[in-house]
Amino acid sequence: MNKSRRNFLKIAGITAIGIASDKYISARTQDTASKLAKVINPTKKLTRTKVVKKERLAMVLDLKKCISQNGCTKCIDICNKIHNIPDFGETKDEIKWIWKEPYENAFIDQENFYMTDEFKDKKIPVFCNNCDNPPCVEVCPTQATFKRDDGIVMMDWHRCIGCRYCMAACPYGSRSFNWRDPKPFIKDVNPDFPTRTKGVVEKCEFCDERLSQGLPPACVEVCPEKALVFGNLNDPQSEVRKLLKENFSIRRKPGLGTNPEIYYLV
Amino acid sequence: MLEHALKGNKKYWGWLFFLSLIIIIGFYFYLRQLNYGLGITGMSRNVSWGLYIAQFTFIVGVAASAVMVVLPYYLHNYKEFGKVTILGEFLAISSVIMCILFVTVDLGQPFRIANIFLYPTFHSLMFWDVLALSGYLVINVIITRVTLSAENKSMAPPKWIRSVIILSIPWAVSIHTVTAFLFAGLAGRPFWLTAILAPRFLASAFSAGPALLLIFCLILRRITKFDPGNEAIKKLGLIITYAMCVNVFFILMELFTTIYSGIPDHNSHLQYLYIGLDGNARLVPWMWTSAILAIVALVFLIVPKIRNNQKMLLIACIIVFLSIWIDKGLGLVITGFIPNPFGKVIQYWPTIPESFIALGIWAVGIFLITIFYKIALSVRREIEI
Amino acid sequence: MYDAGKIILGLIIFVGLFTSPIWYDLLNGKAALKRPDLVLPSKENQKECVADTTFMRSNHMILLNDWRYEVVREGKRIFVSEQHKNFDMSLTKTCLNCHSNASKFCDQCHNYVGVSPYCWDCHSEQLHPTEHGLISKKMESKQ
Repeated sequence: MNKSRRNFLKIAGITAIGIASDKYISARTQDTASKLAKVINPTKKLTRTKVVKKERLAMVLDLKKCISQNGCTKCIDICNKIHNIPDFGETKDEIKWIWKEPYENAFIDQENFYMTDEFKDKKIPVFCNNCDNPPCVEVCPTQATFKRDDGIVMMDWHRCIGCRYCMAACPYGSRSFNWRDPKPFIKDVNPDFPTRTKGVVEKCEFCDERLSQGLPPACVEVCPEKALVFGNLNDPQSEVRKLLKENFSIRRKPGLGTNPEIYYLV
Repeated sequence: MLEHALKGNKKYWGWLFFLSLIIIIGFYFYLRQLNYGLGITGMSRNVSWGLYIAQFTFIVGVAASAVMVVLPYYLHNYKEFGKVTILGEFLAISSVIMCILFVTVDLGQPFRIANIFLYPTFHSLMFWDVLALSGYLVINVIITRVTLSAENKSMAPPKWIRSVIILSIPWAVSIHTVTAFLFAGLAGRPFWLTAILAPRFLASAFSAGPALLLIFCLILRRITKFDPGNEAIKKLGLIITYAMCVNVFFILMELFTTIYSGIPDHNSHLQYLYIGLDGNARLVPWMWTSAILAIVALVFLIVPKIRNNQKMLLIACIIVFLSIWIDKGLGLVITGFIPNPFGKVIQYWPTIPESFIALGIWAVGIFLITIFYKIALSVRREIEI
Repeated sequence: MYDAGKIILGLIIFVGLFTSPIWYDLLNGKAALKRPDLVLPSKENQKECVADTTFMRSNHMILLNDWRYEVVREGKRIFVSEQHKNFDMSLTKTCLNCHSNASKFCDQCHNYVGVSPYCWDCHSEQLHPTEHGLISKKMESKQ
């Protein structure tokens, strides 16, 4: 092609790149240069309106109390209900935030053929450990999953691109993916909590929406044996600290360095 | 130069038309996947990466393998590869585009892909992988454009292109190393958590990639006036031989550490692959086929009489490619998830829509290769219109 | 010109594809040829909005995006309007509390300008509006 056409194309290309970069820059500054969200100190009604730094939120699960009610699924049912967890009826696409696994599978690194009958073949609740050193946060390419200052590993469903790298990284299998649209499979939609769309990863977030209203996580509140205790590990007076001081506790796969924040009392 | 791609005989257009059909079918299934969700594939909560990522991993290796012809020619002045380097670079471009496509079809929310660039995350290997691959694509596009247009004008290419070409050598190694790091850094997946994963990736890449390149050269020699030269073919065959030896050696190293140490966490995955675990043995015949093919390929390659027979060399290359494709494109990614973190085996097999989408992307790659090679050879007057 | 037939044919196809959104909607009767007919919250239900109408009209998307950022990523939930009223930063619990029928409000303008925001993929519009618009009361968790 002759010179002038080539020059035109070159200039057009550079202009296009210029416009694209301008859009990129303005898109990046939109999030932060907000004149809108004015946040002040909380009113009396809300107790947790901003995340308190230096909290280490953790859960303590008394296995003996839990196992005494073999077959109880109250924690699972309430979580599924208030978080709009769909039920697909098959395990391929299943989504579960909290569920029960046999002890031998949950603690697979503690092979023990002579395990006491009390725990043998018993199912115990497992859910996201909200680790202190989460490998899922480490690998997320968009920071759609991130560690908040209070210790909860959060999901930002607006940013998740569905690459499922976090699912590959999680050593505990805590994460579920929306392989298809969950809405038709939700029994009763809870209007106070969003459903999710297909193509994003989800998991237990320690009921952050309830914590913001001063309520404990739903599973903690509903357990008939009071086997689940939730609290701040950085507060030496908290119940979780007391329980951990007085009882022997184990965690799942602690040797991997993830520092899981769910302690099982045996 | 692009006009060379628009001129061709009936066979050329027929071939492109055939590939377009496959692409369109694949695209149709991808639209269905966009509509239904990724559940249309065989992936599940436990095996959350499947055929797409497996193919991605394999093809990143093929992309990196251009370095095997670029390095001897540009760094060591091995003139015999003169006709082959451009083919390797075009293979790299097509492969990287295939990789980008495979990753995109694997995303749950592909329209948010810009988030990777809007929110760069320096501690995430995936971010670096995207950067490395994009950079490699740009480098190779520059290299091919500049060298080919210089050849088109019967001129020597500008001096600065040599720096870019030298840059592409470590960059090629880095793209596959980064991809290996993506897997090898995960504490939760003991099957991948091994230092030898990156060397394994590179060794298998440098076997499968040049094997494919050699197959292409021999095909081109048959249907066009292109002739890479017997020296180049011999040398390429030798490179494939050494790379395959190293590749099989690395696999044996993996087998030894895992089997001898007997740690169930690591062992169970290999058991699933080669013997079956808890009665689940879907991949066992595939893995043994891959192993037997590898041994046969080694015999063909190591024995000089057989390797120097170009017909046998072609067969050996096909066998090498297939063996590594099974090992990397099927065995590696999926097995990381089986058994799952709870020790349970949930198997995976691609579904029909998934397979057609993957096939469609392969067709895109071959389509691009066809066009690129047509342009390259036309510029060199080694092809009739 | 060379290949006049092919070029003109290509141009026609290109223009056709390029203008397809226009004639596709026209053919399907979906073209919003009438102005949006917004149903505003009823007199009883009418409380203050988080900001004035002109502002909301042009900026509600940015507002919602920022809200999401503050709630999900920063854990902050209180928004103070210019009238110094506190609002819970929630599409579901605040906005949809008053504008409870999305098809009669939100969709009217969205259809007119031809955008389809994916909010409804998750923030379900078949809601029971909560009683007090400001801050959601305790969840009845004892089932």
